Amino acid sequence: MQPDVVVMGAGIIGAACAQALRARGLGVLVVDRHGPASGTSAAGEGNVLVSDKEPGPELGLALASRDLWPELALDAEWEEKGGLVVATTSGAVVPLQSFAAAQRAAGVDACEITAADALAREPHLNPEITAAVHYLQDAQLNPVKATRTLLRGIEVRRTEVSATDGRSVTTPEGVISCGAVVNATGPWARNFGVNVLPRRGVVLVTTPIPGKIRHKVYDADYVGAVASGDADLQTSGVVESTQAGTVLIGSSRQRKGFDDTIESKVLKALARKAIAMFPMLTNVPVMRAYGGFRPYAPDHLPIIGEDPRTPGLWHATGHEGAGVGLAPATGRLLAQLLTGENPLVDPHPFRVDRPEVMV
Amino acid sequence: MRIVVVGAGPAGMAAARTAADAGAEVTMVDSEPEAGGQYLRGRARFSHAGVTHLKNTEAWLVEGNTLHLRGPAQLRFDALVIATGAYDRPLPFPGWDGPGVITAGAAQALAKQGVTLAERVIVTGTGPFLLPVATALQDLGATLVGVYEASSPTRWLREAKAITANRHKIGELAGYRKVLPRLETRTAVIAKHGDRVTVAKLDSRWRPVSHRTVHADLVCVGYGFLPRTDLLPDARRTNDFYDVDERQRTSVENVYAAGEVTGIGGADLAEAEGVVAGAAAAGLNPPAKAVEAVRKGRLFAQALARAHAVQPGWQTWPAPDTTVCRCEKVRLEDLTGATSMRELKLTSRVAMGRCQGRICARNAAELTGVPFDGQRRVIAVPIPLGELAALPEEKKS
Repeated sequence: MQPDVVVMGAGIIGAACAQALRARGLGVLVVDRHGPASGTSAAGEGNVLVSDKEPGPELGLALASRDLWPELALDAEWEEKGGLVVATTSGAVVPLQSFAAAQRAAGVDACEITAADALAREPHLNPEITAAVHYLQDAQLNPVKATRTLLRGIEVRRTEVSATDGRSVTTPEGVISCGAVVNATGPWARNFGVNVLPRRGVVLVTTPIPGKIRHKVYDADYVGAVASGDADLQTSGVVESTQAGTVLIGSSRQRKGFDDTIESKVLKALARKAIAMFPMLTNVPVMRAYGGFRPYAPDHLPIIGEDPRTPGLWHATGHEGAGVGLAPATGRLLAQLLTGENPLVDPHPFRVDRPEVMV
Repeated sequence: MRIVVVGAGPAGMAAARTAADAGAEVTMVDSEPEAGGQYLRGRARFSHAGVTHLKNTEAWLVEGNTLHLRGPAQLRFDALVIATGAYDRPLPFPGWDGPGVITAGAAQALAKQGVTLAERVIVTGTGPFLLPVATALQDLGATLVGVYEASSPTRWLREAKAITANRHKIGELAGYRKVLPRLETRTAVIAKHGDRVTVAKLDSRWRPVSHRTVHADLVCVGYGFLPRTDLLPDARRTNDFYDVDERQRTSVENVYAAGEVTGIGGADLAEAEGVVAGAAAAGLNPPAKAVEAVRKGRLFAQALARAHAVQPGWQTWPAPDTTVCRCEKVRLEDLTGATSMRELKLTSRVAMGRCQGRICARNAAELTGVPFDGQRRVIAVPIPLGELAALPEEKKS
């Protein structure tokens, strides 16, 4: 039986789209070269963040997603750990506080706390911090488990699509006809006509030190690094622990295609920034490093909607490093647009027909 | 010409000597306090003109023509020889993660230091390495309850060519004659509870066909070896061993490999490969004698790999609640429904702990049927964050 929709890509975005389409009664087939969550989705920290987003359409999508996740992530180690953003210089105090004030006005739960409060919440934090904001909505999940949960009851076929015309996909095993196609191929989405580029990131993982670090803690300069489009290496201190007690250390951003070589300069920069925030990490061993490619759109906004050039071809990609956090609302928005329902957020900012996006 | 050799076992020492004799400036890096590797364990008394031996030094990353060492320190090289050897592969059975079970390699290492481990010992696994381990334990006064070889010796009947080319290997067996009366083939330990050990007779696929209970304090397990290939995760590998050409070159430019990282064939093959690699790295044609020794030794190594290949019947030994990954305490029943190694790790935490899957990843892959991805680790040994932070600034080119 031919599916109503073929979703290309079994990452967190493809899975969320498939789940939302299926919930609307459509027959869905998901295809992926390597299987569920085998690319970008498993290469991050599983963050569901509102703290790093400035007021605007992406924050709206993030807040909508944040509301949807708890019931979707039941078997996915969902943890409402909260985020702690700290300023480490006197110059960073005012920008952090005004950023948080603007977010509060847009509906984010952002509490300014004193350095002493921050140290009470994170006892190993560098006491030299100059300001801190506590974000209660920031959460974390296991992205592979979340992807599998979303895909429950949906057929996932391991194959590679070489071409699509919006009414079928061509695979080595033959052509699969369908009513519509969703391109959720993340950093590889460019193969199907949208301007998405890979932006490399590396995460360091320490040996377990359970209970030492409690929140996702990051340096206020992170927001600037996320928003930058610079190809050169950008790093910012991001530190958090997992349920297993290991500490994850990020974040780096580099545009160098799909080159996945680990560079010592990246390891050095990440280590320095992490130690600056948590001096006690100096003697903690790193036992592995892993990396991945964020799907990066030049104007830093996700691409969600139908391709005006190819009716039947829909895109859901370009979420950069925020795919896990944005997935449920992305899936729902795409399914609503595809079935003609009223959308949960304004879809216009995410449309495919943007000058930076059409290639 | 600067040549760096990683590992100071038979392969590494031979490579370092050969390259130094060819006029290269050689640094041999090894994590142990003395040269010799697992095989000679501190008894090598290594000293050679032109070779600087860095002891107690761990290498953790190859980046271009730089080898990063703990410290941190860096060595620039024109050619690199990786001779980091291999470690034992255990197979999980109920009780293998409890007290009184160690790897055969660990038992041998302790025995070489003269440590008496237990009164009643069993050596179980596959391959000729079990015999020297059993001999060493017996020489220390242990009561050898049994030496259990899971494979059938008749498998060697198909390997006439390899045996003819390596007659000296048969002679080596004579050195282990004291333990041969205790050797039982098609036999394995499949459970241990306290000192009660379940020993099974196996069919050709290693499925148990009958079993009995014996008593022992210590079970030493060795089902072949897994190569230590972490330093060069991007080099082409087959079954996790580095692919090398006739000059011991890997697929990575200016990087050579010698010894057990290319296949398991014993110390003499490792040494011959070291000679070839050391000469080739220094830009010479490898000596014909060493090339011939490598050719013959490889015949033996390939025969060994076939005759003692781990058979899938072992997957019936563990119970649902048997630990597969000791670091993260992952049980067999926790390994569900994954289609890739990455998915398996992130859903069960298998291979995510301190050993980074060195012990368990291969077993977990076989138990679940997911493809074993050769474990691409980018940091070869744990390294404190403070050391990473102290890495030198990049030189502007």
